[in-house]
Amino acid sequence: MSTEPASVPDPGYNFAYLNEQTKKMIRRALLKAIAIPGYQVPFASREMPMPYGWGTGGVQVTASILTPDDVLKVIDQGADDTTNAVSIRKFFRRTAGIATTSDTETATVIQTRHRIPEEPLSESQILVFQVPIPEPLRFLEPRETETRKMHAYEDYGLMHVKLYEDISQNGHIATTYAYPVRVEGRYVMDPSPTPKFDNPKMDNCEALQLFGAGREKRIYALPPYTRVVSLDFEDHPFEIQKWTEKCSLCGADDSFLDEVITDDKGGRMFVCSDTDFCSKRQIGRQEAAE
Amino acid sequence: MYVAVKGGEKAIDNAHRLLAETRRGDPEVPELSTEQIREQLTLAVDRVMTEGSLYDRSLASLAIKQARGDIIEAIFLVRACRTTLPRFGYSVPLDTGSMTITRRVSATYKDLPGGQVLGPTFDYTHRLLDHDLEHETEIEEAPVAEPVQGDMPHVLDLLCEEGLMEPPISPGDDPETEPGDITRDPLVFPVDRALRLQSLARGDEGYLLALGYSTQRGFGRNHPFAGEIRLGSVSVEFVPEELGFAIEIGEIDITECEMVTQFKGSKTTPPQFTRGYGLAFGSCERKAMSMAQVDRSLRAEELGEDRVAPAQDEEFVLSHCDNVQATGFVEHLKLPHYVDFQSELELVRRMRREQEETMRGAAE
Repeated sequence: MSTEPASVPDPGYNFAYLNEQTKKMIRRALLKAIAIPGYQVPFASREMPMPYGWGTGGVQVTASILTPDDVLKVIDQGADDTTNAVSIRKFFRRTAGIATTSDTETATVIQTRHRIPEEPLSESQILVFQVPIPEPLRFLEPRETETRKMHAYEDYGLMHVKLYEDISQNGHIATTYAYPVRVEGRYVMDPSPTPKFDNPKMDNCEALQLFGAGREKRIYALPPYTRVVSLDFEDHPFEIQKWTEKCSLCGADDSFLDEVITDDKGGRMFVCSDTDFCSKRQIGRQEAAE
Repeated sequence: MYVAVKGGEKAIDNAHRLLAETRRGDPEVPELSTEQIREQLTLAVDRVMTEGSLYDRSLASLAIKQARGDIIEAIFLVRACRTTLPRFGYSVPLDTGSMTITRRVSATYKDLPGGQVLGPTFDYTHRLLDHDLEHETEIEEAPVAEPVQGDMPHVLDLLCEEGLMEPPISPGDDPETEPGDITRDPLVFPVDRALRLQSLARGDEGYLLALGYSTQRGFGRNHPFAGEIRLGSVSVEFVPEELGFAIEIGEIDITECEMVTQFKGSKTTPPQFTRGYGLAFGSCERKAMSMAQVDRSLRAEELGEDRVAPAQDEEFVLSHCDNVQATGFVEHLKLPHYVDFQSELELVRRMRREQEETMRGAAE
C-alpha cells in the first residue's frame, strides 16, 4: 500500500488538464446521467493526450470531478501497478498535483478499468469506470439509430433472446464479462467490461458510480443505492464465477483470481486480481503469525 | 515464483528514453530539422494539418518529427494540442472563388474561363526512382506564368446558370441555420450534410480513398466526374465582436474538389447533375477527391437512391472515419485484459467439461 501526498501541479495546464468550460460541460452531462440512472448521455468528448480506448472517457470524468483535496486511486485489471494505471495516475499527479494512493479505503476517487475493488466502497467515494463500448445492445444491433429507439421503447427482447439462445446452446449464459444489467427496472446498461463477478457489487452500492466512454462520447451513471440487477431467467438465475483454488499469496477464497502461468509444463497459480486487497490480507496474515 | 507486474512506472520511463534515442537514429547523421520537414515534406505536413484539424505548418512539422514519420501518430499529437487551444469564434465562410490559384483542373471541359493550370503535380511524371536525389541537387528554376488573379468562376457554377446543376446548397439544408460543430457536440445520427462534411474533412485519407474507390467499382455506383479541382491560397476573414465587420486575419492554402454526378431526376426534380464536395488544408488532392466521392454517395437517401453499399451508409462511414479514434481503439488491444480473459478461460474450460460429460453419458 502506498500513498503519495499532494504536490504542486504543472503550471502549464489548467487544474486536471481540461479547461473550466469543458469541465462544466462534462459535469452537466454527469448530472443528467445521475438523474436518469443507466441512461447514456451524449457529451462532447475531447481529444485527450492519451489514445482513445485507453481510458479517455474515464480520464475526462475524473478530471471534471476532481478537487484539490481528493485522493485518487487508479486501477487496471484490479491492480494499481499495471502500466496504463501508472500512466493515468502520473497524468493527474502532474496536471492536478493531487494526492494518490493504492489504498481503496483512503481514496476518494477511484478510476478503474475492468474491475471493482473487493473492499466495499462508502458514500464518500466515487468510482469512475473507463468504458470502451457503452451500448449493451451494440453487438446485437450495430446501428445507433436503432439502439436508441430500443432503449426509448424499453424494447429489450433482442437481449433476452440472445441470453436464451446461450442457454439453449450451452445450458447456461455464455457471457462472462460486460454482463448486461437492468438499472432501477428501466434501462439495460453495460457495466463496462468488468467480469460478471463484480456485477453484484454495483447493486445498492454506497458510492457514486460514473461511467465515461470517450471515443463513443457517452456518459452514464449509477447514483448511490441504485438497484442494479443482472439479467437472467427464473430457471437460470444469474451466478458469478467461482474458483476451486485459493489465492496463492493471501489465501483468499472469495476474491476474483487471475491465473498466472509459472512454467511451460502446465504449472499455474492463482492470485487476487485486486492487488491492494491481496497485499492488505498478506500483511494481516503476517501479523497474525507473529 | 510469481513476479508481480511491479515497476510499471520505471519501465514506462525507460521505454520513453529508448524511444527518444531510437527516434534520433545514428547520431553521426545530422539531425532532421523541423524547417526541413516543413519545406521538404510538405505533403505529409499538409495531411497532418488536414486530419489534425489545425492549420499550423510548424506544429505539424514538429509532430512529424516527434512521431518518427508516423503520420497518424503526428495527427494525434496535433489533435491533442488543438484540444487545449482557446476558441475565439468562427471565421466568415471562405470565398474559394477568389482563390489565388496554383493549380486548377477540370475533367469535364477542355477549356474554360480562367483556363486549366497544372501547377506542381505528380501527374504525368514517370514513376522512376530518381537516383540523383540521393545527393543534394541543384534545382533548375521552374518557369513562372503570371499568377492567375481575381475571380475564377467555379466550373459547377457555369452549369448552374444553365439549370443543369443543382444549387450549391441542397434543398434540405437551410442556409440560415448555423452549421453544427463536431468538436463541440457529439455526432447524433442521422446528421446533416454540414456535419458529415466536417467529419469527412478530418477523416482518414486512406479510409476515404478506399470508400471512394469502392463506389467506382460498383458498390453504390454514382458515376462521378472531377468537375473541378483547385489548389491555392485564400484569405480568411473574421468578424471580431467589438468591430462588427470582417477583417482579414491571414491566408491559408487549401485544395477543393467538386465532383459531378448525373442524377436521373424525380417526380419533382428534372434530370440534372448533383455535387459531391471535398476540401482539405494545403495540398491534399487525393483526400479532397475521395472526400467528394464519399460526400456524394452519402447523399443517397436525400436523393432517393437505394442505400445498398458501405459508402452510402452514414453511420458506418462516419463512425469509423476518424483515424485517431480508430488507432486508439485497435491499439488498446495491447493493454492488459487478464481479467476478461480469465473469465473466458473459466467459461471455455467449463463448457469443455460439460461437453465431455454429455459425450461420456451418451456413450454409456
